Amino acid sequence: MTATPAKVPETADEPAPGPAPTSTPAKVPHGHKRLLTRRDRLTLGLMAGVPTILHVALVWLTALASIALAFTTWNGIGFDSIQWVGLQNFRELFTSNPQFWPAVEHNVVWFVVLILLPTPFGLFLAVQLDKRIRFSRVYQTAFFLPVVVSMAVIGFVWQLVYNPDTGLINSLIGANKPGHYIDWIGDPDLNLWAILVAASWRHAGYMMILYLAGLKGVDPALREASALDGAGEWQTFKNVVFPTLRPTNTVVLVVTIIEALRAFDLVFVFNKGAQGTELLSILVTNNIIGESSRIGYGSAIAVVLLVISLAVIIPYLIATFRKERRA
Amino acid sequence: MSTVAGAHKQRTPIRPARVLLHTFLVVTALAWLAPLLWALLAAMRPYAETSEKGYVSWPDKLTFDNFTNAFQQSDMLHYFGTTLIVAVPAVLLTLLLSSMVAFYVSRFDFRVNLFLLLVFTAGNLLPQQVIITPLYRLYLLIDLPGITMSGKLYDSALGLVLIHVAFQSGFCAFVLSNYMRSLPHELTEAALVDGASVWRLYWQIVLPLCKPAMAALATLLSIWIYNDFFWAIVLISTGENMPITSALNNLSGQYFTDPNLVAAGALLTAIPTLIVYFVLQRQFVSGLTLGANKG
Repeated sequence: MTATPAKVPETADEPAPGPAPTSTPAKVPHGHKRLLTRRDRLTLGLMAGVPTILHVALVWLTALASIALAFTTWNGIGFDSIQWVGLQNFRELFTSNPQFWPAVEHNVVWFVVLILLPTPFGLFLAVQLDKRIRFSRVYQTAFFLPVVVSMAVIGFVWQLVYNPDTGLINSLIGANKPGHYIDWIGDPDLNLWAILVAASWRHAGYMMILYLAGLKGVDPALREASALDGAGEWQTFKNVVFPTLRPTNTVVLVVTIIEALRAFDLVFVFNKGAQGTELLSILVTNNIIGESSRIGYGSAIAVVLLVISLAVIIPYLIATFRKERRA
Repeated sequence: MSTVAGAHKQRTPIRPARVLLHTFLVVTALAWLAPLLWALLAAMRPYAETSEKGYVSWPDKLTFDNFTNAFQQSDMLHYFGTTLIVAVPAVLLTLLLSSMVAFYVSRFDFRVNLFLLLVFTAGNLLPQQVIITPLYRLYLLIDLPGITMSGKLYDSALGLVLIHVAFQSGFCAFVLSNYMRSLPHELTEAALVDGASVWRLYWQIVLPLCKPAMAALATLLSIWIYNDFFWAIVLISTGENMPITSALNNLSGQYFTDPNLVAAGALLTAIPTLIVYFVLQRQFVSGLTLGANKG
């Protein structure tokens, strides 16, 4: 790490723009290096190196290890017992695991629901709250409250709503008597949707805050011009405001995809990922702390999750950083 | 943030559209709070009463007994302690390490900077489950006799702190490097010319200027780490060593024997985050949007 700075070529030869005397290196960021002592370089190396080593060791090397382990079987006792099995884990996963495809489907449903319902609703709330109205702060606090509370607590709170015996919904509609039960938590046809209501409840507030920040960046003059042209509120939004929200929309899309892939806590608290609510994240975890500890097999599921995540993360980051470089 | 100049507000005539909007917002906001209020109501009613009259009934008696019972029976104070042992070092270390990386990346244009930032940010976006299997095995393999209670990285506060720091420093490095880049370059140039060391540059010049961003990130990190559920569920095996959010899962079966106690316990867990949120709302929201705005 400490060796790299020395090899960077000097780029101070470009002429400093303007009348500034060329003797000061102020305009040339690369000029820094010439002023550094050996001790400074060592300091810099440590400052960048220590966090990088920690991050790479715990996040990226483990991610690579997930990929490697996915092609093996291992019972976790000693390294000798690691056996290379090629694609067998994946073959088994794709063809004979009764939980895998439902889990993929549920992750997809999770994303589709979040992007179609709470996201536009969060945008709608943001647009309303952005209109210089009174008590805007109070409303924002209410909508944003679920985002602050942990997913685990949200799971417990919604259990009180959905509990078949004592829950709010069944008590209200009289479905809490034997024979009339609606089992929101156990019924595999219902439980995913019940959980998604809770997830959407939280997601809307999150999206509202992101859009509110985005709307602050919309030039008011644009809106005024549109209003002067006789455009109505909806037309102004559609033709002027929404197109300028493009960067926010990208962030929202990425955040929503990541949230859908990460979904775990809520389901785990709610019903431990029982039938109907299987998710990829739950399957991975069940192979660690669950009854069946199959390291290679669990890693194969993690690799599926990794591939989907990277397919989203990498293009997003490349686009983001490219824009930043230009700016 | 969005408050308007007072004089302006008073003179706006009452328009029907505005009344409709406020009605809509009040109703929706109440609906949004309803699940939490429902939990609060359940927590304040004695179990005997709700089991007799049902939960949808007019409350005869509202007390805080369930809260005190939940707090004492489960020894919640202990769990707040285990949470602090993890959260405080994790937040401080994350801020320290990520600000160092950000300083390096934003102030010294070494070739690796973009790549480094990319690695950190991408790592932070990965789902935690992608890395958990090898991480779990790694934590079991690392022996730390005498350093942690368990003698391993597994089942120790240290292990939790390390993964929090490693994982969260990605986001913070990204936000802080954007922030530091907006500081004028002349600032550090001048100090360097004067012969200040790199460390002084970082510690006495750049870092104090980053206070607003650091405050926002500290708020955000405190809440995130406090709310963490997954790492502790997998990487901690002794129930007593778990931070409060993860411990809730065990407690709800052991001590919180009726729904009213569960509600009280869950709400008690949420109280610290709510306090932080209400006191530092501005920091929290700006922290969340600092990263996103730059998209």
